[in-house]
Amino acid sequence: MELHIFGIGILTWMVFLPVLGMLIILMLPGTQHTAIRATAAAVTGIQVVLAGVIFANFDRAMIGINDAASFQFVEKVRWITVEAVPWVGRIEIEYFLGIDGLSVIMILLTALIALIGVISSWSITKMVKGYFMLYLLLVAGMMGVFVSLDFFLFFIFWEFMLLPMYFLIGLWGGPRREYAAIKFFIYTFVGGILMLLTMLALYFSVAYTDAATGETVHTFNLLHMMNPANFVEGGLLAGLDTSWRYAAWMALFINFAIKIPLFPFHTWLPDAHVEAPTPISVILAGVLLKLGTYGLLRINFPIFPDATEYFVIFMAILGMISIIYGALNAMAQTDFKKLIAYSSISHMGIVVLGIASLNTQGMVGGVLQMFNHGIITAVLFLSVGVLYDRTHTRGLYDFGGIANQMPRYTGIAMVGMFAALGLPGLNGFVSELFSFLGAFAAFKWITMISVTGIIFTAGYILWTIQRVYLGTTPDKHKNLQDLTPREYLMFVPLIVLIVLMGVYPAPAIELMNTSLSYLAEFMTGVQP
Amino acid sequence: MAEQTLQSIGLYLPEITLVLALTVIILADLLAERFRNAGGWILLTGLVVAGFFTFRQFGASESIFFDMAAVDTYGAYFKSMILLAAGFVTVFSLRSAELKAYASRVGEYYMLLAGMVLGMLMMVGSTNVLLIYLAFEVTSLSSYVLTGFTKKSPRSTEASMKYIIYGSVSSAVMIYGISLLVGFTGATGIYEINAALSGGIASDQLLLVNLAVLMIVVGMGFKVAVVPFHFWAPDVYEGAPFPVTSILAVGSKIAAFGLLTRFFVITFTTATDGGGAAGWSVVDGIRWDLLLGAMAALAMIVGNLTALRQTNIKRMLAYSSIAHAGYLLMGLVVLTGQGLAAMMFYLFVYLFMNLGAFYVAMLFSNATGAETLADYRGLGHRAPLQAVSLTIFLVALTGLPPTGGFVAKLFLFGAAISAGWIWLVIIAGITTIISLFYYIRVVRVMYFEKPDEGAEPLRFSADTRVVLLLLLIPTLALGLYFSPLMDLSRAAVAIFGF
Repeated sequence: MELHIFGIGILTWMVFLPVLGMLIILMLPGTQHTAIRATAAAVTGIQVVLAGVIFANFDRAMIGINDAASFQFVEKVRWITVEAVPWVGRIEIEYFLGIDGLSVIMILLTALIALIGVISSWSITKMVKGYFMLYLLLVAGMMGVFVSLDFFLFFIFWEFMLLPMYFLIGLWGGPRREYAAIKFFIYTFVGGILMLLTMLALYFSVAYTDAATGETVHTFNLLHMMNPANFVEGGLLAGLDTSWRYAAWMALFINFAIKIPLFPFHTWLPDAHVEAPTPISVILAGVLLKLGTYGLLRINFPIFPDATEYFVIFMAILGMISIIYGALNAMAQTDFKKLIAYSSISHMGIVVLGIASLNTQGMVGGVLQMFNHGIITAVLFLSVGVLYDRTHTRGLYDFGGIANQMPRYTGIAMVGMFAALGLPGLNGFVSELFSFLGAFAAFKWITMISVTGIIFTAGYILWTIQRVYLGTTPDKHKNLQDLTPREYLMFVPLIVLIVLMGVYPAPAIELMNTSLSYLAEFMTGVQP
Repeated sequence: MAEQTLQSIGLYLPEITLVLALTVIILADLLAERFRNAGGWILLTGLVVAGFFTFRQFGASESIFFDMAAVDTYGAYFKSMILLAAGFVTVFSLRSAELKAYASRVGEYYMLLAGMVLGMLMMVGSTNVLLIYLAFEVTSLSSYVLTGFTKKSPRSTEASMKYIIYGSVSSAVMIYGISLLVGFTGATGIYEINAALSGGIASDQLLLVNLAVLMIVVGMGFKVAVVPFHFWAPDVYEGAPFPVTSILAVGSKIAAFGLLTRFFVITFTTATDGGGAAGWSVVDGIRWDLLLGAMAALAMIVGNLTALRQTNIKRMLAYSSIAHAGYLLMGLVVLTGQGLAAMMFYLFVYLFMNLGAFYVAMLFSNATGAETLADYRGLGHRAPLQAVSLTIFLVALTGLPPTGGFVAKLFLFGAAISAGWIWLVIIAGITTIISLFYYIRVVRVMYFEKPDEGAEPLRFSADTRVVLLLLLIPTLALGLYFSPLMDLSRAAVAIFGF
């Protein structure tokens, strides 16, 4: 499947439209707030439309994962070639984009969340021009990671997100924004260096022979790295189950675990979330965290199936700890945003547990949970944002009886809350069920302990509902305005998806089933 | 004989151009007193002409003046970088507020700068220890005086004094080492020395030869400012006026690496690809690869850790340049074609990103007298273009994509990994993380801290914006497309037999 618009592939449009939008905003005078916002909205709106086109044209039966021929919307251009030199052979870096069942759903999520984020950013009034320029760069970076099939490209997009995020938290954030921003930056940068070193080690260990010229070619192509036949004799990461391969797996894993964030690499997240402005929290929890689990599935699993197999229990245990630790921590919070931040850690733990099972059910559950959590957590952060805009506080004990004041808002927020809790009929339930089912088949005890996390989740969510939305209203919070049309606009698509995917998740599962079944088979098929 | 000399002159045109420029500057200074800046423009013209001659030397492979110097792609690559750096620094000088205070002596300044550039051009081409030493001293003497050029500033004078003392001691040590080596081998050409050494060293003389090489390492280590010979750098960088600091940090470093690499690789190694200890075994005894590796590691650690504590921008950049010398040295340590090519690539990117950082710092200093980090408060709002540029230069120095700094680090780290220097790469990785702290701190102060009440936006003339873009565009472009430069670097290191 290929799709071109004005001769340029659709994935390139998806990635570089925001950059285009940024350039347009750069030309606009800084005082034209409406024009700037409209440009950002238009760009992300077009992205959503394009995502719809991709959704409609995506062939559900094609596999992808490690087979270049069955990726879709592929764009492959020689980007950098250093001609054959005696001591290494040819060096090749490609502009190689393509999607399969694993990435397509992430692209849909990114496009949607980016648009919602723009709508939510309407209330930003400080340095509007700079804000939206950085915002669009961030979106471009995220989109780029999801469509890259060349490690070099993947890395560039990955690191590219750092600086915009740093500024977005550091300039538009809350009181402790500088601390949060630098903490985020350093954590992610440490991971980035680990990934850089592993990437280089992989690069020198992998080479294929060009059929046309008979040259040895070193490449950053991820798909070539997945093929054991391409490992060069004596390469650092050649072979199976060597300690270097374990070390490399671990380095990559730490990088991705920081992004997920998995216990014990999670400590940047509560700070970043609490300080970030609402739309950035939405992006952070909605998309950025998914990059971590996506990276595991795209890079760690298929390139190091042996090491993954070796560390799978370790992963599951970290997932379990995150689920329970996150939930318990959430229960102890008095700040609404921090509570949701910890709930994110808990819910991302479910993803890790699910994909660690290495069976179809668990993986589908995990990836679906990535999507669902993106939607749900966006609703939660937006609903905190709505309250904060009106009351300028996030303390859970400062509220009460909001349901009387803002009934429609409360209804919407409750749907999000219950979806997070895993109420059947809403989307969270489906993906958590699949994840736990898959995990149970693989590790009984770990899963059984993990499931108790659900009880704590119910605990903190119900308690929050009681503290914030029910009870009596404090005097200072009388006469709060219910949702404005703009706020409806950002909530409604998300709520519709929550309900729809809860009742009828088949369209989403169909998207990824083929790819993930194959990945599960591939993972368990490779035995030393 | 005369014929060879004539032919050699034809291949020595870049250096000769510089000598002519130097002479014209002196004359112009005497005759046209009213046009103070004439020297700068003459130098700039000289550099362009020299650049044209250098450009024609790409692809050549000649030995000139009876094997005193070589003209080859490797030399041309380094000469181009030196001329480029010198060109930028001349432009900086024309705009420098520090030098304006010495308007009546500015002719001397450009004369000395021309002399320094001449010395640096000679450094990267020499293949004879006598010429090497001569070139080394021409560069050093000019830079001592340039450092103290703003003589009313005590810091500048102090820096110059320190520089002279350190410099003369280390070059004395080096010439002692060289004379031991010449005495032992009976040759002054580096190829002949290599042949003599490869022929085997009697065991009773081994200690002597080791000592001689060690002494040369000291001299050259001083010039590239690598730990533990770096102590002069922070004071000199801080004391010297901005343009001089820039040429010391960039031009001098490029020339020193050009010389160091040619001298060491040809004299003390045999070309064995794959890297490691084998290539260094010409002079048995000390494990040279380990020694240089340890120096590189120390430079990265000490440079980056000390930079963390600096509050003066120049000092911070001085320590950062010590750290970068460490990264660069990795390329020589691994001793593979890949490593050396990566080092040359790194130098090229380093030229733009480091000059860029110095340039913005100079502009800020011109406009507000800013020298310390605290003076950078709110500059992000007062000078948007300059602050964004500085951010990009610092990000490039950190090694983040999509800048040239990232690609340069990628190639260097890659070369070290593929040669098996895993521990060195891990140190390089960790210190890169450390470097993020102090680079990003500047960005934080510029953007996150509010400017003082009533601070006006800063205005800069259009020509400074052009210069800024000239530095900025390559820094970014090399992050996205770099194969021609990499091809060129790889072609250049072919002279070593890789």
